[in-house]
Amino acid sequence: MTATGESFPLTRLSVLAAARSQDAAERARALDILFAAYWKPVYKYICLKFSQSAQDAQDLTQGFFAELLERELLSRFDPAKSRLRSYLRLCADSFALNEIKAASRKKRGGEFVHVALDFFAAEAELRAQAVDPASIASPESLEDFFEKEWIRSLFSSAVEELRGVCEAREKQKAFQLFEAYDLSDEENVSYAELAASFALPLTEVNNQLAWARREFRRIALERLHALCGSEEEFAREAKTLFGVSTQ
Amino acid sequence: MTFLSDKTLERLRGFEPPDLSGTRYTLRELIARGGMGVIYAADDEKLSRRVALKVLDTPDANGEFTRRLMREARILAQLEHPGIVPVHDVGALPDGRVFYTMKFVEGLRLDKYIAQLDSLPQRLRLFLRVCDAVSFAHARGILHRDLKPANIMVGSFGEVLVMDWGLAKILREHGVTGNETVLSSSRKADSENDPTQSAVITGHGTVMGTPGYMSPEQARGEAGKIDVRSDIFSLGALLKFIAVGGAERKSPALPRPLLAICAQASAESPNARYGSVSALAADLSLYLDGLPVSAYSENLFERLGRLYKRHQIAILLITAYLIMRALVLLLFRR
Repeated sequence: MTATGESFPLTRLSVLAAARSQDAAERARALDILFAAYWKPVYKYICLKFSQSAQDAQDLTQGFFAELLERELLSRFDPAKSRLRSYLRLCADSFALNEIKAASRKKRGGEFVHVALDFFAAEAELRAQAVDPASIASPESLEDFFEKEWIRSLFSSAVEELRGVCEAREKQKAFQLFEAYDLSDEENVSYAELAASFALPLTEVNNQLAWARREFRRIALERLHALCGSEEEFAREAKTLFGVSTQ
Repeated sequence: MTFLSDKTLERLRGFEPPDLSGTRYTLRELIARGGMGVIYAADDEKLSRRVALKVLDTPDANGEFTRRLMREARILAQLEHPGIVPVHDVGALPDGRVFYTMKFVEGLRLDKYIAQLDSLPQRLRLFLRVCDAVSFAHARGILHRDLKPANIMVGSFGEVLVMDWGLAKILREHGVTGNETVLSSSRKADSENDPTQSAVITGHGTVMGTPGYMSPEQARGEAGKIDVRSDIFSLGALLKFIAVGGAERKSPALPRPLLAICAQASAESPNARYGSVSALAADLSLYLDGLPVSAYSENLFERLGRLYKRHQIAILLITAYLIMRALVLLLFRR
């Protein structure tokens, strides 16, 4: 498993169920999925909330995931009481606070983390986002920040999976169109321009884009489903994420 | 991994709410998202009522989706029927996106509602109301092409509405002369200009419709072969879904005549299906009335069983009367 999520399993049982499994391979798989979805939000959150240097935030992020394993924090999560995302954020909060207070950070648990954590990329993203910690001083805005970073992480891995799906089905054109129209920050791209530059009929551009969007949404919802603690949480999260009910 | 900007995230979430300033509507909440458009609940400030507003999800510089959405609105406007959601208004937003408003239906989608109906005849009568609406559309020369449980709504007063005519195909143009509806013959040009034709089948094999409910000819992308019998295939699949009582229910053993009706409606070959929705509905009505159906040849025992079921009370009364008579005769003989 890599941070890009290319080998995300097709059968997406709940990460929580898999994390509590007796089967060590199943547990490792679940944790890989969890790390892939959460390491970047946790890293950026720690950077901002605790005003940590990149190196210290990296150590804290690694340490947090190691702690998650060592203390089996996932088994204590109760879906009836909170969302998995809020629980993990609070765990990260308390871990980072304790570590900073004790000033006894040491590199630990690197061997537990299966995901290749590309901190350099995360740091570059954070710089590119030009987030001023002073502008998000309140706990609510930090919570929103964590929420947004989590969505970014989820969508980024869904985009990578979509890329893989398109390659497997020889629909690279659909992904290229999706990339050019939906992922680009360019404001004034028209379907007609895409049709001309890809040498496709206009209707084909419409159809390929519609297909890619549907696939993206399906993949993102499947990933979300795997990361939720219960069906109710999934229904709520899907509504928050895409604004529509899955019921 | 691709870094997604905040703007891209919002676009992917589809949370760029339309700017309704300058219109008579106020946006409320997102209801559903389709292939090309998004449906919101909105308030009509002039008439003080809630409406459903369908709008393209992105600006449409080339006009292709605009034409499609307008076409859908016009199709709905032609279909004034209690079983088809009525369109109220069309308009354009400040950014040029077109929208149309329609009746806001409060209720449940059929796939959610059906589990609440325990009685088979009740469920079948609901299906007959779907048939009414589809039959009406066919009479106006319009095919739905995406009939499935998720596209049927049951309102809070039990009204049944066929929704989402985005894939509809116009078979014939109609005009109204006096009180008479005149159907003209099929137009090749209409089919060539039909923007949804390309959505049904593309050169890359993209087929629009829903597996399980889509007729084989539609699934194969044989656009030229699609006619009313394609919708009848979908209705056959829908009938089975309704008869069983939804996907979540443990599948009960359905009576053979009912299975035969489903099978004939969803036959592989269009020629083996019912020729019209009214023929399908008529056969189902016969079944509901306890009469023989055209789709099934019953044997003597089945016929007797059906007759017994149909005239159960009369048969029981006559039997009771005969038994009484026999007893009286026996008593008097002694």
